[in-house]
Amino acid sequence: MTALQRDRGTGTPPAQTAATGGARATDAATGASAPTTRRRASRRKGVRRHWWFTPWLYLLVPLVLLVTFTYLPIGDMIGYSFSDWDGISPEKNNVGLKNYTDLFTRPELFKVFLVSGVYLLAAVVQICLALYFATVLSFNTKFRNLFKGILFFPYLINGVAIGFVFLYFFQPHGTLDSLLELVGIHGKFLWTGDPDLVNKSLAGVSVWRYTGLNLVLFLGAVQSIPPHLYEAAALDGANRWQQFRHIIAPSIKPVISLSAILAVSGSLAVFEIPYIMTGGANGSQTFVIQSINMAFKFDKFGLASASAVVLLAMILLVTWIQRRLVPEERVELS
Amino acid sequence: MRRGWVAVAAATMVVLTACSSGGGSASSAQTVNSDASKVSGTITVLTNRTDQLGDGTLDKYAAAFTKIYPNVKVKFEGMKDYEGEVKIRMNTENYGDVLPIPSDLSIAQFPNFFSPLGDAAELSKQYQWTDYSTVGGKVYGIANYGTVTGFVYNKKVWADAGVTEWPKTPEEFVTDLKAIKAKGQATPYYTNYHDGWPLRQWTDAIGSPSCNPAAKDAMASTATPWTGGNDIFTIDSLLYSAVHEKLTEDDPTTTNWDNSKSLLATGKIGSMYLGSWSISQMRDAATKAGASPDDIGYMPFPSTSGKPCTVLQPDYKYAINKHSKNQEAARAWVDWFINKSGAAQNEQGISSVKGTELPGALKPFTEKGVQMIGQNQEKLATVKKIDKGAEINLDAPDYRQKLVDIARGAAAGDQNSYFAELNKKWSASQKTVG
Repeated sequence: MTALQRDRGTGTPPAQTAATGGARATDAATGASAPTTRRRASRRKGVRRHWWFTPWLYLLVPLVLLVTFTYLPIGDMIGYSFSDWDGISPEKNNVGLKNYTDLFTRPELFKVFLVSGVYLLAAVVQICLALYFATVLSFNTKFRNLFKGILFFPYLINGVAIGFVFLYFFQPHGTLDSLLELVGIHGKFLWTGDPDLVNKSLAGVSVWRYTGLNLVLFLGAVQSIPPHLYEAAALDGANRWQQFRHIIAPSIKPVISLSAILAVSGSLAVFEIPYIMTGGANGSQTFVIQSINMAFKFDKFGLASASAVVLLAMILLVTWIQRRLVPEERVELS
Repeated sequence: MRRGWVAVAAATMVVLTACSSGGGSASSAQTVNSDASKVSGTITVLTNRTDQLGDGTLDKYAAAFTKIYPNVKVKFEGMKDYEGEVKIRMNTENYGDVLPIPSDLSIAQFPNFFSPLGDAAELSKQYQWTDYSTVGGKVYGIANYGTVTGFVYNKKVWADAGVTEWPKTPEEFVTDLKAIKAKGQATPYYTNYHDGWPLRQWTDAIGSPSCNPAAKDAMASTATPWTGGNDIFTIDSLLYSAVHEKLTEDDPTTTNWDNSKSLLATGKIGSMYLGSWSISQMRDAATKAGASPDDIGYMPFPSTSGKPCTVLQPDYKYAINKHSKNQEAARAWVDWFINKSGAAQNEQGISSVKGTELPGALKPFTEKGVQMIGQNQEKLATVKKIDKGAEINLDAPDYRQKLVDIARGAAAGDQNSYFAELNKKWSASQKTVG
């Protein structure tokens, strides 16, 4: 009998534990107790002290962190959105809904969502790429762990570092231009200077960065599919595409829909890559950059908070719609 | 509705308490005990000069200071993005004991945050630019040094293109840039668009083209500043034409400030618009790149008034945190740093202490009779309010980046349409400020 099994065997109702525990204590007082009995006694005490709030104790730290750094700031932000605070003065005046009416009566403030469209298209590309690589790498491919590593690596790099690296990459006569020249494409591209190219270039960087994350999500899901399904399908004469279409895609549907939600909310709230690389100049301004400018450059904290609240509402709405369109369902694998 | 009234009442309370506490401490300025050994405490000095913090320059100043004030300990706290970080810190009471006033802070707010340093009538005899931080007759900050604004340029590049005299008008300036471009060896003008803040520097030229110290104040009462005759129009038009005539770098979105210094020093760039503080940095870059530091020259903004002028204005002004527990020690540091440390001279700056000599780098200015004018500050608060309300922000690079984008054809519109848009925003905001 191992120690673990023996411990399991001694499970007794609390009342009885208390009684025997008390008896053992007198044993201990007479000095006749063996080491094993003493250990059992302390274990029993542990069982007795099972307060109703024990699970909450464990949750206390994460809950405090969550409330302090997420819910309180959101509450503050909603408060600011009804004020004309300039971010520094001690006085805040309540202006009611003025910030919201301002926001909705100025169409130029919503024009920046056109930029999000480019990122949304990039997100489609990103999910397709990740699906393709996940499928290929879940079969017996040579060096597949190496490829997994290579594809996941960009996600591990700090976003600021990526911004700086790609600034050199996109410079005229920079890395990208030299690469293109190697394959015979000579041309003068201003990757971040050309207003038609800038958002595509920046979206390309975010595809490069986040494909790895999607890949890992998909790989995990694909690998939970029992291999005998493929064998059966292969026996029936299904090719790889048919296997993907009828086995893999339906099995990982929940993960794909999760990725889609993340992609939509991500492209509405694009921030760090354009902020670091162009600072929102040359028509690459996104809604978040615009809100930051409102707050820190024009001292309109109220208006900026209102636009943050609107963005939050939009993301919640999109997620809700998506949830209604693609309801969560259990996928049965057999 | 009832909740609204409660909030209004609460806001009024806040305003009232803010006013009363402000009034209380504004009554007297801290003085320093003449017996230096009696001054004691530990003070924290915030600084934007992370470079001087890293290379030990600031520690040297602190060591020299503690020789005189042995019981004061000075600590420094550097911030890389000073403007961005310090304003957030100022929402608390803990923002160091001595700090440079963030340039974005509205002058009317100074009494809410800083201790008064003394009466304006008295301090203005001793220091320059006290009017930049005077509220209600009290001075809240003193600059360490000031700079003039103009173009830093490579003399050799300009001479090679056949230009030996400073351009007298904005049109002449553009013609000269064209001559440099025709030579084909250098980018005539470098915008530093990507780093942004060098574009912001153009705002400092207001007053220089018209040689009018009241040019910036005039913006408070002008509904359409971007029309002919106003300085901001002259300044932004010059930048627009330089970019529009392709006299600037090909891809402005990938410029690099640190790199631009050695490019100017080695003659790959003709000129940049920067404060005179940049001269010593450019000369260092030239020495490092093996070029001659004597090639670096400095010229004023071309004039529309017929005589060359430059605006002399203060760098960061140092103030004392109102909530500081070591007012006396903090005051001792401010006085010592500005009067005795020699920091202004070390930076080739024009010391704010009246009667100090001009730095050597500005000799050509005095030789050629460039008039150094100040900038009136009476309506600064109004101008700022209009500016921020209009969402233009003359002190941020964004609106000028868009100007460059339009000029190079990367954004819709032309100079007239963009200036009209700016004028519209300005006049709309001006109406709300009243």
